[in-house]
Amino acid sequence: MICVAAGELHDRDVVFVGMGLPSLACNLARATHAPNLQLIYESGTIGTRPTRMPLSIGDPALVTGTLMVSSMIDVFELFLQRGHIDVGFLGAAQIDRFANINTTVVGAYDKPAVRLPGSGGASEIAAHARRVLVVMTLDRRAFPERVDFITSRGDRVSRVITDKCIFERDVLTGELVLAAIYPGVTVDDVRSQVGWDLQVRALRDVPPPDRQMLDALTRIRG
Amino acid sequence: MREAIAAHVHDGDTIAIEGFTHLICFDAAHEIILQKRRDLTLCRLTPDLIADQMIAAGCLRKLVFSWAGNPGAGSLHAFRRAVEKRERPLEIEEYSHFGMVARFAAAAAGLSFWPLRNYSGTDLPRVNPNIREVTCPFTGERVAAVAALRPDVAVIHAQRADAQGNTQMWGIVGVQKEAAFAAQRVIVVVEEIVDESVVRADPNRTVIPGMIVDAVVQEPWGAHPSYVQGFYDRDNDFYVAWESISRDAGRLQAYLDEFVLGVEDRARYLAKHPDLAQRLVAEQRVSAGVNYGY
Repeated sequence: MICVAAGELHDRDVVFVGMGLPSLACNLARATHAPNLQLIYESGTIGTRPTRMPLSIGDPALVTGTLMVSSMIDVFELFLQRGHIDVGFLGAAQIDRFANINTTVVGAYDKPAVRLPGSGGASEIAAHARRVLVVMTLDRRAFPERVDFITSRGDRVSRVITDKCIFERDVLTGELVLAAIYPGVTVDDVRSQVGWDLQVRALRDVPPPDRQMLDALTRIRG
Repeated sequence: MREAIAAHVHDGDTIAIEGFTHLICFDAAHEIILQKRRDLTLCRLTPDLIADQMIAAGCLRKLVFSWAGNPGAGSLHAFRRAVEKRERPLEIEEYSHFGMVARFAAAAAGLSFWPLRNYSGTDLPRVNPNIREVTCPFTGERVAAVAALRPDVAVIHAQRADAQGNTQMWGIVGVQKEAAFAAQRVIVVVEEIVDESVVRADPNRTVIPGMIVDAVVQEPWGAHPSYVQGFYDRDNDFYVAWESISRDAGRLQAYLDEFVLGVEDRARYLAKHPDLAQRLVAEQRVSAGVNYGY
């Protein structure tokens, strides 16, 4: 999943990086096919090349050797709202048929079954990045027909990369459709984990990652 | 720290303890818990472990925030118990990061609101009536607006300041400048007090001017388990351990009893963590500096 997600990034893309899986995928891309990827973290670091995998979005290793450290108002206004971000890379607790993202609550807002952390910067990343990628594990509870709460809107999501398959957003209907599956995964496997009548478009097979990428991933994870 | 909190933080106050992962003043939060402040409204983009501790200690009436988790390590379980199980009354008012930053920026600029493009198509305005829309008088565009956030007091941790509170900071600077200018009163907590000549030698590094500062406190390691760039690393082991401590209300209380309520000051807190220097002191990565001459 990490290798496939990394493969979605092009050299010289300017990426606004979410924490966890997105950060890992971006640093893998930078270590392999996209050495000139510009990483921007919401904590304000621009052109970041962390020498250890950051545990948190504000890790000191993001600062050491970076091109620029800006205040958060500048990150959100000058970089994001101004339109300088090619790719927003997010994780999610739930995503729905129309790629709306929930990171706020499971259940009702006033009395949630699970209180999640909330938006952070995800809501504005989803509103302003030209292309939004989401990486998350395929799971029935995480792919409902409608999310319990729309934290971040789905209209700029282009792809959702999971551990079993890749979804793409159909530009006409706005729906997430199945675009590719990994070796050993069937369409029915995916359908059983998705809460809506999933459409399949021009299904591709995703080859397993090559040795070089797996080695790089091992190296990055330390 | 005792005098600064006693003088500037009162029951019922709205307080911003800022710092985005970096420079989070745990010592101020602990002193507030120790002095048993009540009915506080805490404003923080990322409430972090200090909010979990202040909720468990009964200090907070309300939390104003944009991301309530344990960064990189899990959940804030005292916060979750309060919201999910209603174990304690806790009002919440939530935004996105941009929304929170914009609220501080408005107050810092002496304005009543700040415009931003976001929130259409999301459920955030539905649950927060303080996220509204305005029409641009020039283009007619509808954009979101959030109200100025004017805390009674802001607590800002930094690397160094002079005795007048001219405060220098480097690394991730978050929203500290805006939070300080937004607040009525400002407490600055630093690793080092330096001579005014040190500040004057590198004025571009000054983030908060002494003229808006009400109290300057020197408290080495005052941000632990958060970090201070160039001084000490984040205690990631502690952040990871917090997941299991805070999951159990009894263990959380035992933690507060031993490490917050059971220590009179930071020196005694540090005495309970004898390995910090060995584990966390920052490596040297010194910048060459620049020529300010003319």
